[in-house]
Amino acid sequence: MNEPLLIVEGLRVTYGGIQAVRGITFHINPGEMVALIGANGAGKTSTLRALSRMLDAAGGSIRYQGKEINKLPPHHLVREGIALVPEGRGVFPRLTITENLSMGAFTRNDKAVIESDLEHVFGLFPRLKEREKQLAGTLSGGEQQMLAIGRALMSRPKLLLLDEPSMGLAPIMVQKIFEVIRTVASEGMTILLIEQNAKLALETSQRGYVMESGEITLTDDAAALLHNPKVREAYLGE
Amino acid sequence: MDIFLQQIINGLVQGSIYAMVALGYTMVYGIMGLINFAHGEVVMIGTLVAITVVTFLLKLGLPVWLAGGLGIVAATAACMLLGWSLERVAYRPLRNAPRLTPLITAIGMSIVLQNLAMMIWGRNYMTFPPLVEKTQFEVGGAAFTSVQIMIVLVSAISMGGLLFLVYRTKLGMAMRATAQNPSVAGLMGVNANRVISSAFVIGSALGAVAGVMVGTYYEIAHYQMGFMLGLKAFTAAVLGGIGNLAGAMAGGVLLGLIEALGAGYIGDLTGGFLGSHYQDIFAFVVLIFVLMFRPSGLFGEKTGDRA
Repeated sequence: MNEPLLIVEGLRVTYGGIQAVRGITFHINPGEMVALIGANGAGKTSTLRALSRMLDAAGGSIRYQGKEINKLPPHHLVREGIALVPEGRGVFPRLTITENLSMGAFTRNDKAVIESDLEHVFGLFPRLKEREKQLAGTLSGGEQQMLAIGRALMSRPKLLLLDEPSMGLAPIMVQKIFEVIRTVASEGMTILLIEQNAKLALETSQRGYVMESGEITLTDDAAALLHNPKVREAYLGE
Repeated sequence: MDIFLQQIINGLVQGSIYAMVALGYTMVYGIMGLINFAHGEVVMIGTLVAITVVTFLLKLGLPVWLAGGLGIVAATAACMLLGWSLERVAYRPLRNAPRLTPLITAIGMSIVLQNLAMMIWGRNYMTFPPLVEKTQFEVGGAAFTSVQIMIVLVSAISMGGLLFLVYRTKLGMAMRATAQNPSVAGLMGVNANRVISSAFVIGSALGAVAGVMVGTYYEIAHYQMGFMLGLKAFTAAVLGGIGNLAGAMAGGVLLGLIEALGAGYIGDLTGGFLGSHYQDIFAFVVLIFVLMFRPSGLFGEKTGDRA
């Protein structure tokens, strides 16, 4: 087995005086899609914010490609190959779709390759291509989610962090988004997926971690978790 | 009729200057939500640096065009450095402080800069050496000078350059992205500090050019000249919708026109009771009305999508 791409050990995050994450340990292998599931307030987003350096960890270590990234300024992460699709999408509302995607490639200078990556993203999301000159703020929620994923891909990440990609979207749109996530994963991308929709997340991923009040309480292959009675009861509504 | 045309010309010239200064306010506000009340003082220092450099070079016997050109370069460099330092020293440490703190700091910096300028250049009015040969033209009973044409031209070119920078370059895109969502712009690899510094430096450069234009226009300068100019330019930025570049430009020109027409007609309107030296009241009447009835300004975006 290869060395894991990301190793998180004893990570603690405090948020507004509350310990949102209480020393969690997990890892992601290259090419793997891992789901981090849990109820609202379990500490999933705080974990992701620490990983993406939007929040300082209160303790523990985050090693990426063998390197400690715990103290890296957030704008260096994308150069290391980590891209985040933030919760609530975070598109730039008064930039056009093409400009939003170009922002994803902000740290890159290989113009010709950027151009072909742009076509690749438009291939994944033909709807964005139709609206390339439109301001992102005029898009529907699902289209904005597509744009946020496309923008993250434009940085050519080695590790893609997805924060609640299904949130607030119509079921049909959720299906579409997850189809693309599966396509991206099948192209060999390493993905950490954070989701409240546990069933969908586990069906899409290879492994899963279950988070509860700031701690990881369960981990297994995604298929096994799907059949785990505790998970079924707590997160799949059975 | 000729007074109308005359005041339109005067208003355009004054308005171009307001617009150039207003851009400095609006760029910084657009990116970090701070009203840099020291910006008027940056302009003032641009004017005074230009006076010192140009006067010195003229004494050395340099031709006017060269002395003037070097004066503009020196003033721009000095203001860029000053704008950069202001952000670095006064505002950056307060980045996460409550909103009122940097605002009060800005007023403090404005006082510091005024006093510094007074210590360096003294309290007396200084004459600005003429940079452009003043030729008078006449159209339809209204007179205008080569200096006025120069001011409008230079402003138009500078503002065109700014629009190109903001809408056609990578730095400009990063600035717009940071203004709309700083933390996500950071995730894209944008160094927010660098973008904020750029906004200060570019705004100050425009301010320096405006400072030289003011000096050339009024042929006089003083360490307190930045206060009223800054306040008017701030009004122009609010009138256009603070944070909006096109708004600052339009607001500046509009404010110049309102002031000039007001000054031209106030005597007639009040039966000679108030003279044209009351022209300053128009800017503030405009400010009050905008804040009362349309606080987002003429071109302002709804505040909702700022998130």
